[in-house]
Amino acid sequence: MSNILDSKIPEGNLNEKWTKYKSSVHLVNPANKRSLEIIVVGSGLAGSAAAASLAEMGYKVKCFCFQDSPRRAHSIAAQGGINAAKNYQNDGDSTYRLFYDTIKGGDYRAREGNVHRLAEVSSSIIDQCVAQGVPFAREYGGLLSNRSFGGTQVQRTFYAAGQTGQQLLLGAYSALERQVGMGQVKMYSRHEMLDVVTIDGKARGIIARDLVTGQLERHFGHAVLLCSGGYGNVFYLSTNAMGSNVTAAWKAHKRGAYMANPCYTQIHPTCIPRSGDHQSKLTLMSESLRNDGRIWVPAKKEDAEALRNGTLRPTQIKEEDRDYYLERRYPAFGNLVPRDVASRAAKERCDAGFGVNSTGEAVYLDFFYNMTEKYGRTEATKKGIENPTAPQLKEFGAGVIKEKYGNLFDMYKQITGVDPYEEPMQIYPAVHYTMGGLWVDYNLMTTVPGLYALGEANFSDHGANRLGASALMQGLADGYFVIPYTIGDYLADEIRTKAISTDHPAFAATEKEVEDKIQKLLNIKGTKSVDHYHKRLGKIMWDECGMARNTEGLKSAIASIQQIKTEFWSNVRVPGEANEFNQELEKAGRVADFIELGELMCKDALERNESCGGHFREEYQTDEGEALRDDVNFAFVSAWENQEDGWKLHKEELKFENIKIAARSYK
Amino acid sequence: MKINLKVWRQKNNKAKGELKDYKVDHVSPDMSFLEMFDVLNEDLITKGDDPIAFDHDCREGICGSCSMHINGRPHGPLAGVTTCQLHMRSFKDGDTIVVEPWRAGAFPVNKDLSVDRSAFDRIIAAGGFISVNTGNAQDANNLPIGKEAADEAFMSAACIGCGACVAACKNASAMLFVSAKVSQLSLLPQGQPEAKMRVMAMVNQMDAEGFGSCTNTGACSAECPKGIDLSNIARMNREFFSANLTGK
Repeated sequence: MSNILDSKIPEGNLNEKWTKYKSSVHLVNPANKRSLEIIVVGSGLAGSAAAASLAEMGYKVKCFCFQDSPRRAHSIAAQGGINAAKNYQNDGDSTYRLFYDTIKGGDYRAREGNVHRLAEVSSSIIDQCVAQGVPFAREYGGLLSNRSFGGTQVQRTFYAAGQTGQQLLLGAYSALERQVGMGQVKMYSRHEMLDVVTIDGKARGIIARDLVTGQLERHFGHAVLLCSGGYGNVFYLSTNAMGSNVTAAWKAHKRGAYMANPCYTQIHPTCIPRSGDHQSKLTLMSESLRNDGRIWVPAKKEDAEALRNGTLRPTQIKEEDRDYYLERRYPAFGNLVPRDVASRAAKERCDAGFGVNSTGEAVYLDFFYNMTEKYGRTEATKKGIENPTAPQLKEFGAGVIKEKYGNLFDMYKQITGVDPYEEPMQIYPAVHYTMGGLWVDYNLMTTVPGLYALGEANFSDHGANRLGASALMQGLADGYFVIPYTIGDYLADEIRTKAISTDHPAFAATEKEVEDKIQKLLNIKGTKSVDHYHKRLGKIMWDECGMARNTEGLKSAIASIQQIKTEFWSNVRVPGEANEFNQELEKAGRVADFIELGELMCKDALERNESCGGHFREEYQTDEGEALRDDVNFAFVSAWENQEDGWKLHKEELKFENIKIAARSYK
Repeated sequence: MKINLKVWRQKNNKAKGELKDYKVDHVSPDMSFLEMFDVLNEDLITKGDDPIAFDHDCREGICGSCSMHINGRPHGPLAGVTTCQLHMRSFKDGDTIVVEPWRAGAFPVNKDLSVDRSAFDRIIAAGGFISVNTGNAQDANNLPIGKEAADEAFMSAACIGCGACVAACKNASAMLFVSAKVSQLSLLPQGQPEAKMRVMAMVNQMDAEGFGSCTNTGACSAECPKGIDLSNIARMNREFFSANLTGK
């Protein structure tokens, strides 16, 4: 073990830490705020919320996004909902329960202090969003509606049909644009951050590329906030947007920010299975569907075979010949077990030969029972029909299902050509979220002073597995309610720092490095496209560092990735020039960073000799195939420092003072 | 399937553009329209040609990035679908498909099929918000909002800002986009205090950006991938008229 990372968790009782912190943290007076400049990279929930809130407070903000508008950040695609400990449903929810569920859901690999703060501010997020005009789902009485999500036994998820992320992001985006209109934020769309500039060890700005003209630009900031999202696209196929990338975080890592728990990846259980080699991305079907869908595969292998070669339809399989394996294995949580558990269970059945599509990698998500028996019957009763016929039950129930999940059902039909009102959906796990990210302390500051990471870009709140509807909560918590306080702690000491000219040698030197790297990529003029390497990397990552990992596989993955790196830098073909709109060049830079990250992820997975959350090492499981955690030896955060000759591991010990650490059971 | 393409190629904003012919073999009906472009681009790169630039990101119909004008229709032949959600099973083997960028003076071309839609951001910055600073909100359930109003506001808020409405309109009018935001906020009680200022500011900005006028043909709504209703425009006209009448 090497030097101890200081998480700066405030002293005191868990439920008083944040309150006390807020009352005692350094403040910056309004006059000084006007002369302090903050750079925000990324415009998703964390970035937009942070940029808007900091500008409202009086700071001068510059916000960057690679998309053509801040409204297009990938937060927009989140479907299911956002958690908050409001207890509006009177079902026993509380700040403590949300905190407890999140720590347990994360398989006891997250910090108590951070998670409790998240649970505390969750309530204010809903208030803020409603005030902005976010049209959440409501009951007829006009009050907000809730639903349940995996890994919890209360209804605390707020939602806007299957488009919650869109509505929350548009709320944050409108707050951001309001500040743009007022001149408090300068927005740089179609700009990609390509490096962090550090002066005397502190982050002082960035080098960005204007993606339309190709020109490199230098931007100064007293502090730099990375809100650049997760790195799931290292797997090539994921539910992330095509442009989602690790570049901003990775450049920060190269400049001294530690990367924490990079191997913790969330594989979401309910995605549309892949259909062929041309596949460019995978589409998620919201976890909320598991509220009303039952997951099954055939109990008999011959039925599975017949389904695979198309001679049998799922609706022809009798009830007793179906294996509702989640209900069988986890009676207490059933189809609502957390994501990692549900994903592994699907893989287990498919590996055992019960997969239901031609690739053998699909299970059913079936709505028929709830559509007819739950909703159909209730609707019939409402209508006063005592003995409804089967077609009536289906008709009534389909109406309710359409109201709840209409857009998801439409999307499924559009992509697969199969009508999910008539046949069960086919689903399979896919990479969805990365719990790992830049190491940050309680202030959300990385190991580089003045450089912060918010939202999915940091590692702090979800441990080894994230619960559904918690990503939106964390992104907005960091942006609206955490950074506005914690940044003052740093900036209070910066009020005497005058804006540094971008003619400073550090800016010139960093820009030169970026320019050289771009020229190097363009000059290789090899024979294979960027996507060729990305696909190869993705396959290795999925096979060896995906839902299940083992020593041998990880070692061979590391060797293969090093080989890909060598080939990439000697044979990639990047057409076009630097000073123009060049999408292949953008991709090339991102894939180059993914290759390096992939190696570190495998290294991290190899180092962690236990199974926890999204990290399942085959060597460490119970006789029943459940994950086997090792709290004696691995109750720590792995924080990796980039060094000339490789990576150095630092460990932050996780202390559980309020929760009794226990085996995580959903049985 | 084999597909023939005529694609708009334009090096940059200043250059002159033209339609160029391409052939794509081995197209699977399960491919999305954009995946067909991926295959074509891979081919172009291998041959040493310049790949076709186009905007895309989430590829699940929600980010609003993709923006292809396909056979004369924004987002192609299907109703209620963005380009990324259009699959090749909607076409026939041997079809010739013409693909152009959005055509509107207020959306200048960046390159090939990619256009600059920042005018939309500036319209939102002019007034498409509720002025509430972070930390000022009361408890969310202190303000009950009827389900019908909430649902209607949601329907308007579902706009993805792709610009298909502008591309579909013979006048390149942005009325549907602007009215969707105006409607969402005017249907909600939170949006009332600045309702009049909002509609005036947004309409003024829309005009300043060079979008055309509305003649109520309804092409915008017919081509909108999210089904934003034409009644939004009627509502905005009402709001605008009333704001003008009261001189605010």
